[in-house]
Amino acid sequence: MSTLAHTSSEAPLLSVKNLETYFPLSHGTVRAVDGVSFEVRRGTIVGLVGESGSGKTTLGRSILRLVEPTGGEARFEDKDLLTLSPREMRAYRRRLQIIFQDPYSSLNPRMRVGAILAEALDTHGLAKGSARAPRIAELLTRVGLSPEHAKRFPHEFSGGQRQRIGIARALAVEPELIVADEPVSALDVSVQAQILNLMQELQKEFGLTMLFVAHDLSVVEYLCDEVVVMYLGRIMERGPSAQVYSRPRHPYTKALLATAPIPDPTVKRERIILKGDIPSPLDPPSGCVFRTRCPYAAPICAENRPPDEAVGLDHFVACVRKDELATSGEL
Amino acid sequence: MRDALAPDTLLSVRNLQTHFVSRSEVAKSVDGVTFDLKRGETVAVVGESGSGKSVTSLSIMGLLAHPGRIVGGEILYRNRQGTVRDLAQASAKEMKRLRGTEIAMIFQEPMTSLNPLFTVGDQIAEMITLHEKISYRAALDRAAEMLELVEIPAARRRVNDYPHHMSGGMRQRVMIALALANKPSLLIADEPTTALDVTIQAQILDLLRRLQSEMGMSILFITHNLGVVAEIAREVVVMYAGRVVEQAPVVDLFARPKHPYTEGLLACTPNAARDVDPNGVRLPLRPIPGSVPPITALPPGCTYAPRCTYAVPGCTGAVPPLFSVGASHLSRCFRHELL
Repeated sequence: MSTLAHTSSEAPLLSVKNLETYFPLSHGTVRAVDGVSFEVRRGTIVGLVGESGSGKTTLGRSILRLVEPTGGEARFEDKDLLTLSPREMRAYRRRLQIIFQDPYSSLNPRMRVGAILAEALDTHGLAKGSARAPRIAELLTRVGLSPEHAKRFPHEFSGGQRQRIGIARALAVEPELIVADEPVSALDVSVQAQILNLMQELQKEFGLTMLFVAHDLSVVEYLCDEVVVMYLGRIMERGPSAQVYSRPRHPYTKALLATAPIPDPTVKRERIILKGDIPSPLDPPSGCVFRTRCPYAAPICAENRPPDEAVGLDHFVACVRKDELATSGEL
Repeated sequence: MRDALAPDTLLSVRNLQTHFVSRSEVAKSVDGVTFDLKRGETVAVVGESGSGKSVTSLSIMGLLAHPGRIVGGEILYRNRQGTVRDLAQASAKEMKRLRGTEIAMIFQEPMTSLNPLFTVGDQIAEMITLHEKISYRAALDRAAEMLELVEIPAARRRVNDYPHHMSGGMRQRVMIALALANKPSLLIADEPTTALDVTIQAQILDLLRRLQSEMGMSILFITHNLGVVAEIAREVVVMYAGRVVEQAPVVDLFARPKHPYTEGLLACTPNAARDVDPNGVRLPLRPIPGSVPPITALPPGCTYAPRCTYAVPGCTGAVPPLFSVGASHLSRCFRHELL
């Protein structure tokens, strides 16, 4: 495979291969994640972007087995997480944590913040006895809250503060990989930046590896070392953020970047307005799933599923016309 | 005062005060909001949660829920007959007549704004027959035309669809068709693209721009998204905790913000090109510290002062007035000269 020659040598912390998560329904099968492969290197932040229905959230949850994948593998260091028994998986859960989008519904409203953090510690038998209170105080301080906040209930906090609690809970068990599922989408713009800064600091301080699921392209560009662009359960393009954003090589990535509004009224851009909606995952188009909305679609696009092909170091694109479009200057 | 409405002005909101009064407290959700909307133009009201932007739009529509009440100010509107009416004083009956014919509104969540039990064609036709003497069959025909106008593919067939048959973007198109069915002079769009994906958002913004240039309506666009503001608005009103803190033509506002809050909002939006040092190392974002204060417990003086990096003790005395800081540019900041 050509992929070997185009991939950095360091062994990845997480390696996802051909991951599939299908949901059987009475009238068909939803292919929420349909044969997805990518890698996450230790200490990096990888952004997972796509529109609703792209499968990005399901993919994040499948890796943690909060949703059971139906095929493929998700290798964490040398172990395929998908083959682990529930008991074996439990040991891994300490190393893999998740931060949810909605800080309102992901915290138990009847538990005090101290108890919420203690529950996470208890689950994995950490910081027992007299070490407990100082550890909770330390966690709260680290995420920008104060030790006294342990006595309060979630409803006494603002949205941004609640997301800090969610982050403290994830950090409590000293994880290596965090899946952050749209962690700032529910927050006001002025508060988003506080949380993004906090996540960056923590990532550096603890050497965390992060899979950052988001629909906000500018957040991902700013925060993530690499980006994975999904559409209808498949990866369209993935690569280093700087490369993908400065020169997208997949028509979908290009359209996505061209439609995201830029907060500058003097910027005049080439407008690419994609027609129509994302198709039903029950009945995805043949060949390339993006072809029904692609301005460059040709008959050949309907034939086979386009393979992921390298277009640069660690940069892969699934488009059969990518070379042709690059030569003609269209992409 | 009413005669002072300039001939090209459709709507003039003047010192609007909308309060929510409960036994224990008063929420001054809208506290002295003033702005004008000209014919055929778009004004964006931008703010975070709790800024009062949605309450402002509901006040104009006469759709305030109990215990919300307009307690002061005027909402001057020039109706089709050319008469200037104060909507803050208008009867429920008059408001009902205006809504749907002259003033229409689209909301953030197109699913909850449509009736799940009726086809989209029925809902548009009902809207038309409510305000016009026209047979139901003719109204249904018009409904199909409206769906075509908002670029719904196979519109003749889709009139018979129920809302749940449609995607979020399609439903928002139906909402727009519904809102525009009686050719309103004023469209109030309250976060109409917030629940939509970016590619669909671009379609809807494009559609609104096209329909505006064809039908000549004025749009009051409520949003929290500065990117959307930059794309659609001509004039921008920035609200914070119930008050207008800055108002300016769009290019001016983004190039020369004159209120620390606007400056802070622009600076904390991630921008990969700006937020790196010369060696390509990511710089931390510059967030606004703290969070929006609860509307029932606002700090004294300038409500933004506790979060403001320019604040001095004098800022917490009197409420700052709106200072004129340039051509059609207003800022509610004592220290605007520092910006």
